[in-house]
Amino acid sequence: MLTMIGKRLMFAIPSLIGVVIVTFLLTRALPGDPAAYFAGPAAGKEAVEQIRKKLGLDKPLIEQFFRYTNDLAHGDFGNSLTTGQPVATEIRNRLPASAELTLLGLVVSIVIAIPLGVLAATRPGSWIDHLCRVTTTAGVSLPVFFTGLVLVYVFYFRLGWSPAPLGRLDVFYSAPPTVTGFYLIDTLIARDFEAFRSALSQLILPAVTLAVFSLAPIARMTRASMLAVLASDFVRTARASGLSPGTVIVTYAFRNAMLPVITTLSMVFSFLLGANVLVEKVFAWPGIGSYAVEALISSDFAPVQGFVLTMAVMYVLLNLMIDILYGVIDPRVRLEG
Amino acid sequence: MKRRDFLKSVSGLAAAGAMTPAPAIWSAAKADARSETLLIVSEGGPNNLDIHGVGTNVPGYEVSWNCYDRLISHEMKSGPGGVPYYDRDKFKPELAEDMNVGDMSVTFKLKKNAKFHDGTPVAAKDVKWSLDRAVSVGGFPTFQMSAGSLTRPEQFVIVDDNTVRVDFAKKDRLTIPDLAVIVPCIVNSELVKKNASEKDPWGLEYTKQQTAGSGAYKVAKWTAGTEVIMERNDEWVGGPLPKIRRVIWRTVPQAGNRRALLERGDADISYELPYRDFQEMKANGKLDVVSLPFSNGIQYIGMNVTKPPFDNPKVRQAMAYAMPYQKIMDAVLFGLANPMFGAPAGKATEVAWPQPTKYMTDMAKAKALLTEAGYADGFETTISFDLGFAGVNEPLCVLVQESLAQLGIKTTINKVPGANWRTELNKKEMPLYTNVFSGWLDYPEYFFYWCYHGNNSVFNTMSYKSPEMDKLIDGARTAAATGDMSAYDTDVKGFVDLAFSDIPRIPLYQPFVNVAMQKNISGYQYWFHRRLDYRTLAKG
Repeated sequence: MLTMIGKRLMFAIPSLIGVVIVTFLLTRALPGDPAAYFAGPAAGKEAVEQIRKKLGLDKPLIEQFFRYTNDLAHGDFGNSLTTGQPVATEIRNRLPASAELTLLGLVVSIVIAIPLGVLAATRPGSWIDHLCRVTTTAGVSLPVFFTGLVLVYVFYFRLGWSPAPLGRLDVFYSAPPTVTGFYLIDTLIARDFEAFRSALSQLILPAVTLAVFSLAPIARMTRASMLAVLASDFVRTARASGLSPGTVIVTYAFRNAMLPVITTLSMVFSFLLGANVLVEKVFAWPGIGSYAVEALISSDFAPVQGFVLTMAVMYVLLNLMIDILYGVIDPRVRLEG
Repeated sequence: MKRRDFLKSVSGLAAAGAMTPAPAIWSAAKADARSETLLIVSEGGPNNLDIHGVGTNVPGYEVSWNCYDRLISHEMKSGPGGVPYYDRDKFKPELAEDMNVGDMSVTFKLKKNAKFHDGTPVAAKDVKWSLDRAVSVGGFPTFQMSAGSLTRPEQFVIVDDNTVRVDFAKKDRLTIPDLAVIVPCIVNSELVKKNASEKDPWGLEYTKQQTAGSGAYKVAKWTAGTEVIMERNDEWVGGPLPKIRRVIWRTVPQAGNRRALLERGDADISYELPYRDFQEMKANGKLDVVSLPFSNGIQYIGMNVTKPPFDNPKVRQAMAYAMPYQKIMDAVLFGLANPMFGAPAGKATEVAWPQPTKYMTDMAKAKALLTEAGYADGFETTISFDLGFAGVNEPLCVLVQESLAQLGIKTTINKVPGANWRTELNKKEMPLYTNVFSGWLDYPEYFFYWCYHGNNSVFNTMSYKSPEMDKLIDGARTAAATGDMSAYDTDVKGFVDLAFSDIPRIPLYQPFVNVAMQKNISGYQYWFHRRLDYRTLAKG
């Protein structure tokens, strides 16, 4: 098992090198001149040149690349110009915010979508099947930022149930001491229940927004996969043997229907990381998505490269995790490098 | 656990959950804190707390303004609608106790009890070091200092521990005003030098992350891209002690949410909202909305005069008659701007800037001028704008495109991303574009020097060159420096008239800065930098 993981990680190295080269070249190929941007609205030609020199952008591309990879090897992702902070620190501070939101969104989505899909599959054509169809269609057809804005409008602006969309905590609470970076966990460790409440209430709307977006693929995939399994011979045999419907559905059918669902989950997770960008914008969430977009708008190279690299590493780990999960769920899947 | 016990415990938990009283959202202490805390929401936050830093953005200027002092500042006068508006011509001491203007120098005596945030007294050597820094670090701060002929460290002289003299490089009316802008802020030199390095002799890395000034506020916590928390400096001697104890400035990128926060009463003050929102908020009266014209600022349509067809003044005049001025005012700005067109035919030119042109939308006249210039069937061109301000620029360009189509001019719209806009402007190749220029120093000759002079600065985006224009601008600058007001008036009127008849750029309107705040917020003042001054704000 360990050798397998090691092998898989080895295979990821060339793709990571590729990512480093491609992001470097892509960010350099972006239109826009960071020196002109950061010299400010009133700068003349000399001022722009001074800034260019300070940023090291007057050097040939190949030298810039070697300097960049050298810094990377030392764990230095460079400095963001828009926020003025080292990229590595920023990503470390912001990744938990995005991860907490994405994971919670995914959990909410799974909790709703899987039972919905299973019920829809066991009772095709019933009202619950129609409900499943309607919610999933609505979910995919609504753009995330729109769902987010509507939720803010209804639950914050109109009804006042939800707190102000001002990021992870209410303005007058201070953040808990960092242990995991997940506020829900850190506030509990610090036994600051008021802050926990605040963090949770700030999370609900953005997490629901993400959940609405990701409901559709999970529910549809669960339904389709369950339908296929329920029609198969071994389920018929199980039913014929007089097993209770619960046992048949959960133990026999559901477990076998899980594989495609897991694959979908990993895909949905990566979608969610993308969708996060917009949700973070709407809810003023201090995550890495909004960070990367800000940086992109001002052609700030370092954060964009850092972001893409972090994402690449996360995808590699995610895929590895999914592969391992396959083996756990279905012993027929053999793990080979 | 038995099923029954389990159910019992679950229902117990649920009941307990239902019975726990929701904690009061504001405990007494928190409510107090709230009444002395100002919550600002805006689209972007600072990227550097020091205006001398490399590429400090505009929100960073706001931090500098409130956390650092300058030797002098401006008095206030009553502006449009009775809102306090900075007085270009009246200065008041801030760190200085008094200012003594001589023929070729100005001497400042420092306030004796002035202290930096860490308790060190403010001394002449700090002033000298800070001004040296501003003229030496390069980039924007150095550029801004040079606008007032402040270019060399030798100009700043320590007379004694409490006295500093600034020597003039030449007579320039802008030297003293330039000492009251944001850039010449006074920095705690000992503290910063301790944290400087060989590679960074001015300690820019240190002041990027923390404030080292003597100003009314100091930054208590800064989370880049998320929030800035500032606390009042109770020892401040630059003016009366501010009422607001704490300022929390949060970044809320979504304009709709900023409006919702204001209307729900959660945020105290915000700007950078779409014009439509400001106009609606003004109409429904729940909030105070202040709209004031940008001092020395104009949104215009520029034309590249080096290439056909815009090298022909007749074509440029035709364009000026073809602009859909009123439509832009109504549909794009919702009336929140001063028109810079349609002055009555007999009106004499004033010694002021900005002032409206006599052009109005007149398609027949435009057609006639185009025919005269040999473009009876029109031509094809491209109009470019900065996507960073798409909210205004995009509808504006669409209206212009529509209007030009009536003359047979086919216009393609070119949207330039914000990061790329300045590069494109610098190239001076765009044939037709819209842009804003506004100067911190509110003097007509300053605007014209940057925008119309033949030395072709970045802001002369049209590449306009005219010896006659240069003579008038240089004449006005010399006249202002020597105090020859009649020659000054003639020259200013002269260059305004020439700019309007030759019309390399078509003024559209003077934009407004809009700020929305709760009814219980008072003390807003308009500054040339158009950012907030927390020192005069009060709540309740």
